[in-house]
Amino acid sequence: MSERISFELNGETVEANPGETIWQVADRLGTEIPHLCWQPEKDYRADGNCRACMVEIEGERTLAASCIRTPSPGMKVHTASERAKKSREMVFELLIADQPERETSHDPDSKFWNWVDAMQIGDASRFPAGSRPLADSSHSAIAVNLDACINCNLCVRACREVQVNDVIGMAYRGNGSKIVFDFDEGMGESTCVACGECVQACPTGALMEANLLDKAGHRTEYADRVVDTLCPYCGVGCQTRVHVKDDKILHIDGRDGPANVNRLCVKGRFGFDYIHHPDRLTVPLIRRDDAPKAGDQQIGRGEVSKYFREATWEEALDRAAVGLKKVFDRDGGSALAGFGSAKCSNEEAYLFQKLIRQGFGTNNVDHCTRLCHASSVAALMEGLNSGAVTAPFTAAEQSDCIIVIGARPAENHPVAATFLKNAAKRGKELIVMDPRGQNNGLSRHATRVLQFKPGSDVALLNGMLHTIVEEELYDRQYVAANTEGFEALKSSIKDFSPEKMEEICGIPAETVRSVARLYATSTASLIFWGMGVSQHIHGTDNARCLIALALTTGQIGRPGAGLHPLRGQNNVQGASDAGLIPMVFPDYKSVEDADIRSHYEEFWGTQLDPKKGLTVVEIIDAILADEIKAMYILGENPAMSDPDQNHARAALAKLEHLVVQDIFLTETAWHADVVLPASAHAEKWGTFTNTNRQVQIARPVVPAPGQARQDWELVQELARRIGLDWNYGHPSDVFAEMTEVMPSLKNITWQRLEREEAVTYPCDAPDRPGNAIIFGDRFPTATGRAKIVPAQVTPPAELPDADYPMVLTTGRLLEHWHTGSMTRRSATLDALEPEAIAALNRWDMKRMGVSAGDFVRVSTRRGEVTLKARQDVDVPEGMIFIPFCFAEAAANLLTNPQLDPMGKIPEFKFCAAKIEPLTEKVEAAE
Amino acid sequence: MNEIKTGQKIHPGSGRRKAPTFNKGRVLDGTDLEKVRALLGDRPRRRDLLIEHLHLIQDSEGCLPAGMLHALATEMRIPMAEIYEVASFYAHFDIVKDGEARPAPVTIRVCESLSCALAGAERLISELESNAGSDIRVLRAPCMGRCDLAPAAEVGHRHVDHCTPDSVLEVARSGDLHPEIPEYADFSAYRATGGYKVLEACTSGQRSVEEVIETLSDGGLRGLGGAGFPTGRKWSFVRAETGPRLMAVNGDEGEPGTFKDRLYLESNPHQFLEGMLIGAWAVEAEEVYIYLRDEYPAAREILLKEIAAVEAAGLAKHTKIHLRRGAGAYICGEESAMIESIEGKRGLPRHRPPFVSVRGLFDRPTLVNNVETLYWVPEILKNGAEWFASQGTNGCKGLRSYSVSGRVKNPGVKLVAAGTTARELINDHCGGMADGHSFKGYLPGGPSGGILPADMADIPLDFGQLEKHGSFVGSHAVVILSDKDDMKDVALNLLKFFEDESCGQCTPCRNGTEKAVKLMSQPSWDSDLLTELSQVMADASICGLGQAAPNPIKSVMKYFPGDLK
Repeated sequence: MSERISFELNGETVEANPGETIWQVADRLGTEIPHLCWQPEKDYRADGNCRACMVEIEGERTLAASCIRTPSPGMKVHTASERAKKSREMVFELLIADQPERETSHDPDSKFWNWVDAMQIGDASRFPAGSRPLADSSHSAIAVNLDACINCNLCVRACREVQVNDVIGMAYRGNGSKIVFDFDEGMGESTCVACGECVQACPTGALMEANLLDKAGHRTEYADRVVDTLCPYCGVGCQTRVHVKDDKILHIDGRDGPANVNRLCVKGRFGFDYIHHPDRLTVPLIRRDDAPKAGDQQIGRGEVSKYFREATWEEALDRAAVGLKKVFDRDGGSALAGFGSAKCSNEEAYLFQKLIRQGFGTNNVDHCTRLCHASSVAALMEGLNSGAVTAPFTAAEQSDCIIVIGARPAENHPVAATFLKNAAKRGKELIVMDPRGQNNGLSRHATRVLQFKPGSDVALLNGMLHTIVEEELYDRQYVAANTEGFEALKSSIKDFSPEKMEEICGIPAETVRSVARLYATSTASLIFWGMGVSQHIHGTDNARCLIALALTTGQIGRPGAGLHPLRGQNNVQGASDAGLIPMVFPDYKSVEDADIRSHYEEFWGTQLDPKKGLTVVEIIDAILADEIKAMYILGENPAMSDPDQNHARAALAKLEHLVVQDIFLTETAWHADVVLPASAHAEKWGTFTNTNRQVQIARPVVPAPGQARQDWELVQELARRIGLDWNYGHPSDVFAEMTEVMPSLKNITWQRLEREEAVTYPCDAPDRPGNAIIFGDRFPTATGRAKIVPAQVTPPAELPDADYPMVLTTGRLLEHWHTGSMTRRSATLDALEPEAIAALNRWDMKRMGVSAGDFVRVSTRRGEVTLKARQDVDVPEGMIFIPFCFAEAAANLLTNPQLDPMGKIPEFKFCAAKIEPLTEKVEAAE
Repeated sequence: MNEIKTGQKIHPGSGRRKAPTFNKGRVLDGTDLEKVRALLGDRPRRRDLLIEHLHLIQDSEGCLPAGMLHALATEMRIPMAEIYEVASFYAHFDIVKDGEARPAPVTIRVCESLSCALAGAERLISELESNAGSDIRVLRAPCMGRCDLAPAAEVGHRHVDHCTPDSVLEVARSGDLHPEIPEYADFSAYRATGGYKVLEACTSGQRSVEEVIETLSDGGLRGLGGAGFPTGRKWSFVRAETGPRLMAVNGDEGEPGTFKDRLYLESNPHQFLEGMLIGAWAVEAEEVYIYLRDEYPAAREILLKEIAAVEAAGLAKHTKIHLRRGAGAYICGEESAMIESIEGKRGLPRHRPPFVSVRGLFDRPTLVNNVETLYWVPEILKNGAEWFASQGTNGCKGLRSYSVSGRVKNPGVKLVAAGTTARELINDHCGGMADGHSFKGYLPGGPSGGILPADMADIPLDFGQLEKHGSFVGSHAVVILSDKDDMKDVALNLLKFFEDESCGQCTPCRNGTEKAVKLMSQPSWDSDLLTELSQVMADASICGLGQAAPNPIKSVMKYFPGDLK
């Protein structure tokens, strides 16, 4: 099987590796064979259909396609014989006959035309032209010009086999064969999610980024340089290649990163233009003396000068620092707080928490991880003493049973979802558990779908644990050697039979049992979870159950097995690691541990706060309680992201001094005293740690606009102004300091990242890859054992009643990132999801007399919003789903700020709500 | 309450567009889903049954409405694109998009392949088109396997032979569009003459697999679908592969001019079924899939009934028989394309290696045999190898069923010695040329086999005899041409057939057939370019269709230069 195959290539004896095709051997040895339908990139199956790579094999009647043919021992192959050359050239000539003229073609620089040049066959064809399909301009991001299509099928493989979005087909037959979207609809009317994989794969320009073409469909835009960097959006951490013209981003391709293998999603590929939006902050702003703050103050476009005046950097930075210093001097460090951001780099996160801790002597520093995975991290720290994933999502390939609970990766981690779909396509068990359906996401690929009642996670999971204990499906040896607390679980779980839990979670007991059996007995099982698990008042309990599942069955620490909370923001892992958390220093070292603290006091040369700081929602409450008076907020938007927004905004407005550093005048910045224009992801150096624990490097692509400055520089400017002796010259200096205090970064240097692009931590040596799977031998606890913690069933904090009979749940849309400050300013993404919507079940709509597209009013005990009703197949009866990205109808005006007692995360996923149809269709005020 | 009002002014987006009011893509109609669920009943929703399920909808609705296709996609959990590409590949499915008119309630398909074209199909079509009226639709169709009864047409599922516009329209207006079932030997009749004795001898252990294979090999039985591969050898190859193994029967007789399989299926189906069951026994195939072309609805009804009878008699216990229905695609006669079609996909030929005997249906080792090949198995095993082998002539072995059509007096299936020549077929078996026609040339093996002139009519028509002349015997479809036939027109008819039937997978065939038809439609042929193109199509196409498609072009240039002037 693993024998190398010896054969003759153009008269020379060569060897092929097992499975290697003739094309690959030739390519490896420096012989270039033309190819169109074959793409050497990973995961693209050879299809052998274009016949541009024909070679001659002695003794065979016909020629062979080298891209798909593997050599056999002794085979004599000729790549340059007249016959082979003739065939290859005529294949091109046949195709050229039907192509648009090169000069006016969609992409004169396409792979196709480049091969025509390389083969020196000229742009003309002796064959008469056939009929040419019309252009399809129905999609805002992708131009479809099938007159350039050569039926190579790469886009079909891209869509169906690589990204598994299953939209593109090759329909009809013969010369009438044609690429279609769904039922031959316009691309824009189809189920296309615009991942753009097809665009990246297309060799002719039949599928292209629409912005590169003029109205007539001719390519007018060409890059003058390319930069390799990272995607700014989610925790997947896709590596990108950015094509730039005149310091503006033209288009983006995926690179072969460990987390994305050349793949991207709609946000990463098309959502880049927010950085060029006219709303960008380019000048420092200071609040006007005649513009007092108010919680309900909203600043529209063109109104900025009514509330702020432009300032010089000197004045703005002085004003920012003086305000903070004044409160510090008067009320002490505990009257100050800072929110950093999981969108910023590791270096920025480290500097920010250092500034708050070293400069103000307080631990009141937090970031949006509090609103995402705080409960997951709490449970993981409690059980494993580590908050990170134990296996990357790409481990799905080695897994036999994959559970996805409370996560919608097809929308929120689209590229990660592709790997789960790949696994499902290979026949792996994929079990989706979500109160909302995932009809257009993972469900079609799932072997089982458990659409349980919202808020009943613990009941469902305890039913599984009960089965595992009762049917003795647990791994006796693993439990004995690696865990503690099993006996407590065993006795506590008695009360949670699947039959009893069925009443609560709505999933038949037998289904729960069979899923439990499957999970426990598969060779390798992997659990993914997201905000659906964590954003509950019982979020920590939810995560405890998942941890208990893995620990009782030993489904952890092996290839294909483990626990993976899908991290939301591009650097939520890194920002947490860097200590942007009120309870811990970098690497999760407790601030309350005297030894650790004294180590940091020595390292930073100052006395540090011995008490845990306040968390995000607690800080808001503390402002209203007059305990916190000044804040520095870098890249966060609590005015949109925090629950019960009226309350949160009232608090922000109440601050005596608020410094906001951001790239846009966010809803938070409306309440600022000083606004510092900062740089976007694409404008700076930095390292970022993705959900897989892969530390990756981002490079500046374009200069920041106007006077906008680097974030790390601004933090340093403020630090110096409050008397700290900081002297960093570059983010790499900061990274070097981090490696001194963060054992997790051992063997990872800035130079290594520049060279290798990504290194997984923990990493055992400077010349070895990091460890993707961790906790195979022991857990990083004092005993080396992990702790199993039983959970009790707790109902959500606010249950539906007669006044508020529906369940409101919140989350994200594929096209919009978080609070929408970036994506809603991307023309492409805005065109796809331009307005605030509430997703409803069709029976609820029918009952209320609401048609799709009508306006409805959704209200809770905390507020109300007016938005458009969308009929959504995923939403079960009795539920309303509202994405929290729409400022004009902010979901978080409605949400319940009740917290999980341990993780301090608010219950974004459940509150009681009511809905009223609006008889008069209210267009939003102009 | 200190409430935030909604307002455009704080909208960070451009607000130029309106939000989609449904999920992306089409909105599924609940009624369509109910209809599809009712149609499918408790049939499995397995992927490989897609074409069968599409037939259910097409038969019940007279077309495939997009809404029901969407419902089928949902019900089978198949992407819409996948449903659409399969449905649009096959000629017998009529997709009707939202808002489009449904096709007329009655469909007439008129055969336009060579033998019917010679018999005046073109005029028939134009007369039908002008007389049919709005509730009848007239379509052109490729060969229906009734070349001896040309011109032929199919109204609904009922065939009309030697048709005239009046006879066709009469059937179309009669309301009876069901296939006419010819007289045939049913189970009891076949059993009464000693049928299934050979099978019983095999399954009971009286005969060994080795001996059976040896007898077939000695008898010289070869693949009569057209490839001529020795049957015994194929059986031992497949048997040597690691199980589980499967068997697939190629009943997609589509090579224009060929109608022998239909004859045997419609007259003596059990001799074929017995041969098939022996084959399944010999290679220990767990399941057998019969792939029958949709142009043979009578054979389908017969098989449905008779397979049930065989099963009821307990003669098929060693395997499981599935009857699968094609949907109008010549390419599915190519064995790997047929396998794809049985799997419910578009009929795209696969690359070789691997061969289907190694990795075939559902990626398992698969024995693929043609209907007629299996038909001879019980006879050879009953009468001995010598009986079959000795029947050949001109140095050839065995019996052959030549489908003869075209300009002869008595066309039909001629069961005669292998190696019989075209001249012998005309003169000794077909009563000579049709009145008023003199012999000019012939197709020895359907369109793929090229065209030979009358002065080459003394070559034995068997495997391996014609290749040196750039021709081959293939499925033994002999079409006789006369002085009334312009070979340029004949070649164009054949190339148009290939253009229509190319699956479209590879460039040389997809674009090559289309460009060839364009070049051949010009007043004078660009012979140099056509020669170059022919070579590349033969060298670089994936399957036999594209490789053989240029044969008629080459034949005309080589043997009938006069017709090109």
